[in-house]
Amino acid sequence: MSEALVEEKYNYGVVRWFTVAAVIYLVVGTLLGVIIAGQLAWPTLNFDIPYITFGRLRPLHTNAVIFAFGGCTLFASAYYIVQRTCSVRLWSDKLAWFTFWGWNLVIISAVITLPLGYTQGKEYAELEWPIDIMIAVVWVAFTLNFIMTIVRRKCSHIYVANWFFLAMMIMVTYVHVVNSLVIPVELFKSYSIFSGVHDAMIQWWWGHNAVGFFLTAGFLGIMYYFVPKQANRPIYSYRLSVLHFWALTFGYVWLGAHHLHYTALPDWTGTLGAAISIAMIIPSWGGAINGMMTLSGAWDRLRTDYVLRFLIMSLAFYAMSTFEGPVMSARVVNALSHYTDWGIGHVHSGALGWVVMVSAGAIYHMVEKLWGREIYSKSLINLHFWVHTIGIVIYICAMWVSGIMQGLMWRAYDEYGNLVYSFAESVGAMHPYYAMRAFGGLLVVIGAVIMLYNVIMTIVKSKEPAAETTAAAV
Amino acid sequence: MSANTDKPVTFQEKLEKNIFALALMVAFVVSIGGIVEIVPLFYLDNVLEDQARAADGSAKFPELAGVRPYTALELAGRDIYLREGCYTCHSQMIRPFRDEKERYGHFSLAVESKYDHPHQWGSKRTGPDLARVGGKYSDEWHVAHLMDPRALVPESVMPRYRWLEKATVDGVGIEKRVKAMRTLGVPYSDEDIAAAAAATEGKTEMEALVAYLQSLGTMIEFQPGRDYRE
Repeated sequence: MSEALVEEKYNYGVVRWFTVAAVIYLVVGTLLGVIIAGQLAWPTLNFDIPYITFGRLRPLHTNAVIFAFGGCTLFASAYYIVQRTCSVRLWSDKLAWFTFWGWNLVIISAVITLPLGYTQGKEYAELEWPIDIMIAVVWVAFTLNFIMTIVRRKCSHIYVANWFFLAMMIMVTYVHVVNSLVIPVELFKSYSIFSGVHDAMIQWWWGHNAVGFFLTAGFLGIMYYFVPKQANRPIYSYRLSVLHFWALTFGYVWLGAHHLHYTALPDWTGTLGAAISIAMIIPSWGGAINGMMTLSGAWDRLRTDYVLRFLIMSLAFYAMSTFEGPVMSARVVNALSHYTDWGIGHVHSGALGWVVMVSAGAIYHMVEKLWGREIYSKSLINLHFWVHTIGIVIYICAMWVSGIMQGLMWRAYDEYGNLVYSFAESVGAMHPYYAMRAFGGLLVVIGAVIMLYNVIMTIVKSKEPAAETTAAAV
Repeated sequence: MSANTDKPVTFQEKLEKNIFALALMVAFVVSIGGIVEIVPLFYLDNVLEDQARAADGSAKFPELAGVRPYTALELAGRDIYLREGCYTCHSQMIRPFRDEKERYGHFSLAVESKYDHPHQWGSKRTGPDLARVGGKYSDEWHVAHLMDPRALVPESVMPRYRWLEKATVDGVGIEKRVKAMRTLGVPYSDEDIAAAAAATEGKTEMEALVAYLQSLGTMIEFQPGRDYRE
């Protein structure tokens, strides 16, 4: 099909905008991460300015990477994949553009309100109630457009990538709405209707499903489309996809309780959460194997195809962090790891290793299709890959060491049965690892900037009249 | 999948061909875990420890009745605690371990945060747990520490909160917040609400935050030898 026809058939405009937005937000979100990592190593970087202290920037960092970068990547790829796999244009262009502007309005509102200290005080759900309502409206519009596009599909079966997107949309609607139930006091002040132990359980039901559905199911949708596409081979096993999908959608929901071991939450709840967490290794590894084995017989492609490198490395990190997670959910390990930097390291091996790498693979792939031109520089993709990978490894190792060290220092006793270390001593011991973490994070930002440059140059070059065939398409 | 053509159509295949059936099935499957884990917490009588009854039907642990709503000033301080994102570095949930008992005190009970909308249990201890920090240090210590943490604890990485000393609390705003809390079921009396504005108007944010910190973990007089949780 010529590019002009593709353009007519599919709505690529909204996908392009979401794609560029995702790359920009990746730079912004990771840069915020480096700033707050720096503040923990060198607290003078708080500069005594209320708006940029750690406590206010940290929620902005998490919201920026999860909802701005992750969200835009999901919108771009879901709109792209649903059109390509259903061979039909989006149900409603207007609704699609509404989600683009609506989602960006949410992001801008977050950038303004969080530094001002407007927060619900719930981790990963800090945004105040008017913004929460905006999120819900945009999300439902997204879901509706997605489902109605599938209704009009030209093939009988719904492709597996779309199952995962669908599961994400439904579950995120549930958890976002329930966890955000509040009584408004002022425009930007509200109180959660839940308190104490109930609020904690609902908060982590939300928190772990933001991970399980937003950052996992959604990005597995990306994986199930782009890995076979980039490798130019069918997915390794259909049966494994089915098992992966249903086990994941059923199981992930239970995991939140493992964040609350040894707390005032009844033990049975945490134990249920931990038992299912450990069982989750099966679908998670099934999915990772399914993705990786798609390359079976074509492993040599990894030497030349840098986009595929990103995708396959993301699956390696997915497998690693979905093994680490269940281990940390076991009570005996959790007693040591909880409240320490180990948790931060675990989150980042998932977020930087799995989410960002699978996104980078998908975005590099999409950019070529969306602008009808080869990527500006293949060697810059390779450079991004290595800078990013080394950055993550430094980050994770620093957090493993600091996390386990914290845990051990807190519980260390001398021969007389007294605590060996004061809390302050454990803080002091973290300094070198916090500096190291900031350096690893800086490499990730540099990688993101390289990506942004490469994407922008590809777009710029696509506008040049070099190739006469593309001129009409633009 | 060509092998499937002569077999009866599986349930999975039906779902794959019908988006609404698939959506309904997913909506059902993802709701199970949440229902099983969350709903019972609202009606089981062993979730909050003050529900425990002795043989004669009286409260098994009468000292747990000491948990009270925050005063207006403490509530104002708690909102500052939320605003500044203190929960990103401080937990308020002591676990039942020997070292935590020595470092922070008796493990936390669910009843202690029953008026906390939202909870502030936290997930990370970049700084120490604060669940029982009340009464541990003097007010003057807290003020000096919030003004310049490293002057008192050289290893600290906490930001300096100098602006709290200048900013003042809006009494009328606090009155609205106390009312909202009552709507949520926190037992504030009419007198509490009537007095809220006057009790907080013109106080510095520093005073409010310190009042909140000093209240943490002080409401229950723990009795030795009692197992508050099974």
